[in-house]
Amino acid sequence: MHVVILGCGRVGANLANLLDSEGHDVSIIDRNSDQFRRLDPDFRGTAIVGTGIDQEILRRAGIEQADHFIAVTNGDNTNVMAAQVAQRVFHVPRVICRIYDPVREETYRNLGLETYCPTTLGTAMVRQLMEKPLPAAGARPGR
Amino acid sequence: MYLVVVGGGKVGYYLAKELIDQGHEVLIVEKDRGKAARIAEELGSVVMRGDGCEAATLAQAGTGRAEVIIAVTGDDEDNLVVCQLAKAKFNVPRTIARINNPKNEAIFSLLGVDVSVSHTQLILAQIEERIPTHPLLHLARIREAGLEVVEASLEENSPIVGRKVRNLSLPPDTKLLVIIRGKESIVPVGDTVPQVGDEIIALTREGLEGELRQALMGTAG
Repeated sequence: MHVVILGCGRVGANLANLLDSEGHDVSIIDRNSDQFRRLDPDFRGTAIVGTGIDQEILRRAGIEQADHFIAVTNGDNTNVMAAQVAQRVFHVPRVICRIYDPVREETYRNLGLETYCPTTLGTAMVRQLMEKPLPAAGARPGR
Repeated sequence: MYLVVVGGGKVGYYLAKELIDQGHEVLIVEKDRGKAARIAEELGSVVMRGDGCEAATLAQAGTGRAEVIIAVTGDDEDNLVVCQLAKAKFNVPRTIARINNPKNEAIFSLLGVDVSVSHTQLILAQIEERIPTHPLLHLARIREAGLEVVEASLEENSPIVGRKVRNLSLPPDTKLLVIIRGKESIVPVGDTVPQVGDEIIALTREGLEGELRQALMGTAG
């Protein structure tokens, strides 16, 4: 399958490396070429410098043939706009969009985007960890 | 009328100033503390500090009772989100966005922004108007119907010169509205024969300008 990833931060690069090692065809876009240092030295996919809200850049990344589009830049609004372009203009079958702001995430989920919110997920996970039974007093590190 | 302006840069500032002068109730939402303070100093308490891309800020700004929201920050993606939130969460009847990349106009319209204004496009249009031999000049856009009014001036190599209007093959939904010949204006009928030097004003569907140019001028470029 062909996957276009927008944003070569920790999540974007990690996902690109993973999908590439699984044998998938990956294009990754970032407006800062320094970010591509996060990619594995043997990464076989395509790395494109540019902004993901520009349709020319998305085309160059092969969005017209893409099965998945993943928007994971550090800007919620960039992700939201790029994801909607991928969905509504290029009709990519699966579009996943990261939104840090929980309220915005809910709004765009209701508008039909497939979204996830690291803030909500992280909060829930920490809360869950807090519920785990404590180890026996003697086994606690640092005491 | 109550209007919310998101973005307190130069565009937002002068826009708000004009609107206030016209007697409207205006609130500027600006993220930057310094900019917000300067606007307050000059225009009074018409500014709120906050991120207009956040629903909480828009709620605090009373967006629910705004008749128009105008997003004029320097970033297209921010302006899009402001307008979409205003529409989806606050039912603002009219959303207006400033866009920098003229290519974003179609997407903004597709994504529900009522009006998008591109200064790049406005300047380009001005340049086009000053070049007399430009083959197809955009005069107006009828947004709801997806139609455009364009003007072409016929040169010697035009394929329609000397042929009756009824025999012309034009793109779908295209109508020749008027022919300007010297100082005379002619409403074309089936027997009208276009001549070299005629200015033709036509209505066509957005996206078919290329085909129309081909039909009238015989050139694709």
